[in-house]
Amino acid sequence: MLQNAVSDLRPPLTVPNSLDQDVPDIDYINEYLAENEHKELLKFLTCGSVDDGKSTLIGRLLYDTNKVYEDHLSALLRDSSRLGRTDSEPDFALLADGLKAEQEQGITIDVAYRYFTTRARKYIIADCPGHSQYTKNMATGASNCELAVILIDAQNGVLDQTRRHSLIVSLLGIRQLIVAVNKMDLVHYDAAIYERIQAEYLAFAKGLNFTSVSFVPVAAKFGENIVEPSVNMPWYEGATIVDLLEAAPVAVARDLGHFCMTVQRVHRPGTDFRGYSGTVTKGLIHPGDPIVVLPAGIETHVERIVTMDGDLDVAHAPQSVTLTISDQLGVNRGDTFVSPQYKPQIGNELFTNIVWMNNKPLVPNKSYLFKLGAKQLSGKVSTIVHRLNVNTQVLEPCDELAVNEIGLVHIDLQQPVVYEDYETDKTMGSLIVIDRITNETVGAGMINHNLSSGASNR
Amino acid sequence: MSAAYKLTHLEQLEAESIYIMREVVAERERPVMLYSIGKDSSVLLHLAKKAFYPGKLPFPLLHVDTTWKFQDMIAFRNRLAAQGEFDLLVYTNEEGRENDVNPFDYDSDTYTEIMKTDALKAALDNYEFDAAFGGARRDEEKSRAKERVFSLRDKYHQWDPSNQRPELWNLYNSNIRKDEELRVFPLSNWTELDVWQYIYQENIEIVPLYFAKERPVVRRQGTWIMVDDDRMRLERDETPQMRMVRFRTLGCYPLSGAIESTADTLPEIIHEMLTAETSEREGRLIDHDQVASMERKKQEGYF
Repeated sequence: MLQNAVSDLRPPLTVPNSLDQDVPDIDYINEYLAENEHKELLKFLTCGSVDDGKSTLIGRLLYDTNKVYEDHLSALLRDSSRLGRTDSEPDFALLADGLKAEQEQGITIDVAYRYFTTRARKYIIADCPGHSQYTKNMATGASNCELAVILIDAQNGVLDQTRRHSLIVSLLGIRQLIVAVNKMDLVHYDAAIYERIQAEYLAFAKGLNFTSVSFVPVAAKFGENIVEPSVNMPWYEGATIVDLLEAAPVAVARDLGHFCMTVQRVHRPGTDFRGYSGTVTKGLIHPGDPIVVLPAGIETHVERIVTMDGDLDVAHAPQSVTLTISDQLGVNRGDTFVSPQYKPQIGNELFTNIVWMNNKPLVPNKSYLFKLGAKQLSGKVSTIVHRLNVNTQVLEPCDELAVNEIGLVHIDLQQPVVYEDYETDKTMGSLIVIDRITNETVGAGMINHNLSSGASNR
Repeated sequence: MSAAYKLTHLEQLEAESIYIMREVVAERERPVMLYSIGKDSSVLLHLAKKAFYPGKLPFPLLHVDTTWKFQDMIAFRNRLAAQGEFDLLVYTNEEGRENDVNPFDYDSDTYTEIMKTDALKAALDNYEFDAAFGGARRDEEKSRAKERVFSLRDKYHQWDPSNQRPELWNLYNSNIRKDEELRVFPLSNWTELDVWQYIYQENIEIVPLYFAKERPVVRRQGTWIMVDDDRMRLERDETPQMRMVRFRTLGCYPLSGAIESTADTLPEIIHEMLTAETSEREGRLIDHDQVASMERKKQEGYF
């Protein structure tokens, strides 16, 4: 059905091909590009236990939204026969499972990013593995997403893995959830089973911070309720997965009140120019506006907003710009420019929820590097306040955090930093922990000073 | 930028790429940009100029020259370098050149390994670069979809897909040992359409081979191969013929397939891309050699 570039050894054609393709209408292209340009972007992650059919669901999403190009499908068909899969339907999971090792084991072992576009939106999927030992990858995927699709196998119901994943996405600040109850075809499309799972999940999720939880019964293998509604589940009158994705509110950085930009790099290309490069994380800034350099607390004014496309009259989030200021100050990488009325927190002791990601456990009083914004600082965890049991949601005392464990800790840094609670500001409230010897990223931290709202941020 | 203080999709991608490049330059001592002369490299170069304006690029460009690139590519590269906005390093595997390693006598795997992968690794070692920007996108190929933006390579320049660092928020970890290096991919989140649209919007210059023109070609393995110079070895039954063709990806000319097309403007190319039924790597014979070939090449140190 598809042309295989390697096997096609036809002799050269002697008759010139007709080149009478329509010359495209330039206006149509410009219109299309303008429409494309203004589409909203939604980043979401998918997670589930092993064999929940996550890769199949993603393969279906891509396939059914016509994003899967023909030669990828051709490669898929070749791969299917090489691995001896004999299903008459193509194995859609092979579209999503990229690495050779994964194909042979039939599981997903790392976060993969997928891209697809509908008429309304552009999507980036962070496809996250379900194995417990790969929880670090799930937190990785969740950190940049606004919505999560959690898969539950209708045959198994809500598992410990489901609870763990839900807890992690909640902890990482995701507030919108779609629960896809998959493999409905294997439970005779039974509405009672779907409703029982829904009730069980809702009882559990009450304790989490989701603002919206939607349920969809699906059979990913056959594309039922993914893009097209299912004919086998007339009892379900709700939206399909794609309908829900298209309708999900997209958070846009609209905090225009407080200007904030961390200095990423002091830019001195010659003797006569000194600028401060960075990405505006919130608010607006104009030439002439007063700013305060934190943590020093020195006030100055913005002179110019310099870009290659010319100086700007205003800069806003999330633009990457270079500012010049009216005073000669000792500003360094990692310092923060803010508007004078904005008072973020400053300190060197942080209560932080940590997801530990390394086989060597987190040990109190060991020296680590902490990266916040553009700063890398030495410090240590002075106390582990408690560990969160992700299966029971009980807070337990502990001496160390093992890989894939989550706990609330108290961090002592050698210098003060500018920060916010993660709940208020993901950029200023997040940090990573780096092992000084191996250089590995060993932990992910979400600052949580507002302990009165529940120490575990649940 | 619009009055509503909302960035368009491309402006968001641009801001993210600039952030990534500045982060590397702030944290690493000896970065380099891998420059393949292709359209993604052109976008990367344009973004780098924006990231470090005003001023020259704070790192050189490295072109690994297999000696089998299209003449148009080399002319384009040399003309850009002559403008003085960046330093250009060109590196060739001299042992391979002396022994006439070429894409006709060697299978494409061996040829690529000697003239591209080995040459790249030798160049990185020779200049002691500790971070190398590449133009790879995650939408290009399955194994690339799983690679981090900051991708760690060991002292043999190898990628270990099962042992990647977690990468959260925009807090990139660039800490490495002296014998290790980073490959950094600022275009990770761009799609092929984004790249073309950005080239169109920003009026970025690209190699003329992307635009349709009558060129001398022969039909091989289901695609059109251009007879770019007299080193091209023709089969007995092959006669070069003039065809309106263009290239969707560029590499070594004997290994790069052209498509028949009349698209000689960017809107026409974008139109063709939108209606195309094959993804861009189809034109590269190099990827078809075996399943998971890109994954294996990455593990060996090729991009």
